[in-house]
Amino acid sequence: MYIKNMALLSVKNLTIRFHTRNGIIKAVENISFSVNRGETLAIVGESGSGKSVACYGLLGLVPMPPGKIESGAAYFNDIDLIQAKEQDLQKIRGNDIAVIFQDPMTSLNPYLTIGEQLTEPLTTHKGKSRSEAVIMAIKMLCEVGIKDPEQKIYSYPHEFSGGMQQRVMIAMALMAKPKLLICDEPTTALDVTTQAQILILIKELQKKYGIAVIFISHDLGVVAGIADKVAVMKEGLIVEEGNTEDIFYNAKNAYTQKLLSSIPCGEKQLALCDENMIFLRVNNLKVFFHKSNSYSPWSFANMFSGKDKKIKVIKAVNDISFEIRRGEILGLVGESGSGKSTLGRAILQLTPIASGNVVFDDMDLTLLLPSKKTSVRKRMQMIFQDPYSSLNPRMSVYDTLAEPLLYHRLVSRKDAAKEVLRLMDDVGLARSAARKYPHEFSGGQRQRIAIGRAISTKPEFIVADEPVSALDVTVQAQILELILFLVDKHNLTMMFISHDLSVVRYIADRIAVMRHGRLVEMESTADIFKTPSQEYTKQLIAAVPLADPIKEKERQIIAGNKLKFMTRESI
Amino acid sequence: MPRPTQHNKSSLTQILPSIEKSTSLWMDGWIRLKKNTLAIVSLGILVLFCAVALLTPIIAPYGYEEQDLLLGAAGPSLAHPLGTDIFGRDMLTRVMYGSRISLAVGFLASSVAVFIGVIWGTIAGYSGGRIDAAMMRLVDILYAMPFMIFIVLLMVVFGRNILLLFLAIGAVEWLTMARIVRGQVLTLKQQQFIEAALSLGLSHWTIIRRYLIPNILSPVIVYTTLTIPSVMLLEAFLSFLGLGIQPPESSWGLLISYGVETMEEYPWLIFFPGLFLSITLFALNFLGDGLRDALDPRTSKD
Repeated sequence: MYIKNMALLSVKNLTIRFHTRNGIIKAVENISFSVNRGETLAIVGESGSGKSVACYGLLGLVPMPPGKIESGAAYFNDIDLIQAKEQDLQKIRGNDIAVIFQDPMTSLNPYLTIGEQLTEPLTTHKGKSRSEAVIMAIKMLCEVGIKDPEQKIYSYPHEFSGGMQQRVMIAMALMAKPKLLICDEPTTALDVTTQAQILILIKELQKKYGIAVIFISHDLGVVAGIADKVAVMKEGLIVEEGNTEDIFYNAKNAYTQKLLSSIPCGEKQLALCDENMIFLRVNNLKVFFHKSNSYSPWSFANMFSGKDKKIKVIKAVNDISFEIRRGEILGLVGESGSGKSTLGRAILQLTPIASGNVVFDDMDLTLLLPSKKTSVRKRMQMIFQDPYSSLNPRMSVYDTLAEPLLYHRLVSRKDAAKEVLRLMDDVGLARSAARKYPHEFSGGQRQRIAIGRAISTKPEFIVADEPVSALDVTVQAQILELILFLVDKHNLTMMFISHDLSVVRYIADRIAVMRHGRLVEMESTADIFKTPSQEYTKQLIAAVPLADPIKEKERQIIAGNKLKFMTRESI
Repeated sequence: MPRPTQHNKSSLTQILPSIEKSTSLWMDGWIRLKKNTLAIVSLGILVLFCAVALLTPIIAPYGYEEQDLLLGAAGPSLAHPLGTDIFGRDMLTRVMYGSRISLAVGFLASSVAVFIGVIWGTIAGYSGGRIDAAMMRLVDILYAMPFMIFIVLLMVVFGRNILLLFLAIGAVEWLTMARIVRGQVLTLKQQQFIEAALSLGLSHWTIIRRYLIPNILSPVIVYTTLTIPSVMLLEAFLSFLGLGIQPPESSWGLLISYGVETMEEYPWLIFFPGLFLSITLFALNFLGDGLRDALDPRTSKD
């Protein structure tokens, strides 16, 4: 149907630089690539490698200044996008090239209904009548797997889940029947099962309409199943380019090999821990949140009566019991909203508990006096997900690490410096960085600071709440190594919360699966992957993308039918 | 185990010994502020003005109520560098005496406002729930009270007193500050580093002092530099109504408001007090900008 050999978009020697106060930043250096009709090109790289800038530069979406396209040409349907006038670009942007962004939450306008957002381009730019546009919108929503589109077009974005929002974004991108779809990390913000559904959806629609796709991602597992060609970018350069199979099976470039080897795979050797050494026990723990639409501390009625009629109880953690043995790493897995973070916080007494108790080293934490809590706090710490917001921006690394030491009088003021430097060595930070502030570090280094702070009080138990999910894959591998090293060195017990099964499989001795506030299954890592007993666990495992194109394609065919069924169910 | 590769060549040798010294935001801020010429010049001007204001009784060429009715209003001359007013009083002397009141009101009343406002707003925002609601309702009630009646009442009950004036103005100005601070704290509270501090077992007071207040400095400084001039003008307004200081004492605001009446005949009567007020406000703004940048590690370029 389409002429396969004709390149739809061919980019030649594109160079984009940013001219900032601190000098010129070479975002994209002399890169060339091409996409044919109906083909998928994946651009893979770590954050800051220029993969998004390259694509946005083509569409004139890079802010200029400071950005500047220094040279290059990009032919799309015989039009040079680089030389094209802004008006022409605008036409191409909406009609021929569409973009799907990473975070659907921020790319939809919260004040307009889905229907308005879908039909607006058609009525204003294409001169369609309103009723015509609405019919098209409904058809398109149907196509992307949204149930009851006739009603859903009157909904606002916040009424949808993340996956549904991304479906709406895809529908919006496809409304104008584009020839090229640029997907900028479309599944990074989504859960693993939702991710699998969205990937299948993109693939199906691509086949149906013969669209070319440029798929930007940092996740090689995602790319393996979807791409025909892969380009690996590093520091603005394309270091390797080729067919998906070639890249995955015979990578020539050292960096590509490093990326591939960074993907956590395999299982950890089971740590030697005594099954009878119960370190932490959680009994029938319940954490409820009260939420109501009308509640606000501002209204006088609430302030004085303290009662509210329409309180909705959210059972974030609903009757969970389990135990953690001394010296083990327990992986806690679940999708977003399953209550896994709340469970972690409840164990550390950071969130009020409705009922049940937490027994830590034979102490019932829920009965502990506030005065005693401080001394227990020292023994249990937390590592947070987002290294960008978990560090005080106004405190240098030195202060951040010295604070807990001095506050708990673990060291004298005189010895603090020595201890801080020792901590920095432990987590692999250069000593010279002590006086720097968090914003001067990369995500991985910030996470090292946060880990240093967590181990500063010499805790015995650490809750790590998605410590690597905000990081690039190579950095993720380093941080996982660091965590394993520290757990071993300091004899830590850890609860490792994650939505990423491959990470948990790599790091945990035992895995607990959570869903809707309940514990679904808890087994040793090997057993849970070999013989999952619960249907939900099976689904979760099936949805993990594999960084192996052939296996991944097989998996998708098997999983596809199951997931298509799920799509309908889960709306 | 992986080691980071980045090394700061230039500072490696300097930093190792200096790490022993305590590193605080304020120290780093001062080091950064010193590099900002405009801010340092502004600081110098303000210090000079304050010194002159303090020493006025000693160095003023005339007494502030010393009249020369024969001379009347005269333009700048050698004997009277800034001219004289309609009663023949030396303007330089009056501007110097006026600066005592204006600067004192400006700085003291603003300090009162900042102090109460920041603490009130931080506690309200950090506590949340009913404490927050109750504290902010009080702010709303005070907001709703007519400011003039409030001051008149104070004056009636406690008598006319310059200190009371500072307190009265400060007591009104802190309301806005408390609201701004509370809003900032509400968003800061969501940040994970607050939770991290809690899980480290730090006390609430430490969290407020070390984690919240340093992070709300930018809006506080900006609002303070706006408060100081408005406080000075408020004092002039109150004095004009007879609630503040009384002639023959003077302040910049009062001098300006009298100068306005005779602006066409004797322009120097408004020009000089206005000039000094403007210089002060400019200096405050530059210093405020400098401070804001200096105390925010993210804006540093070194």
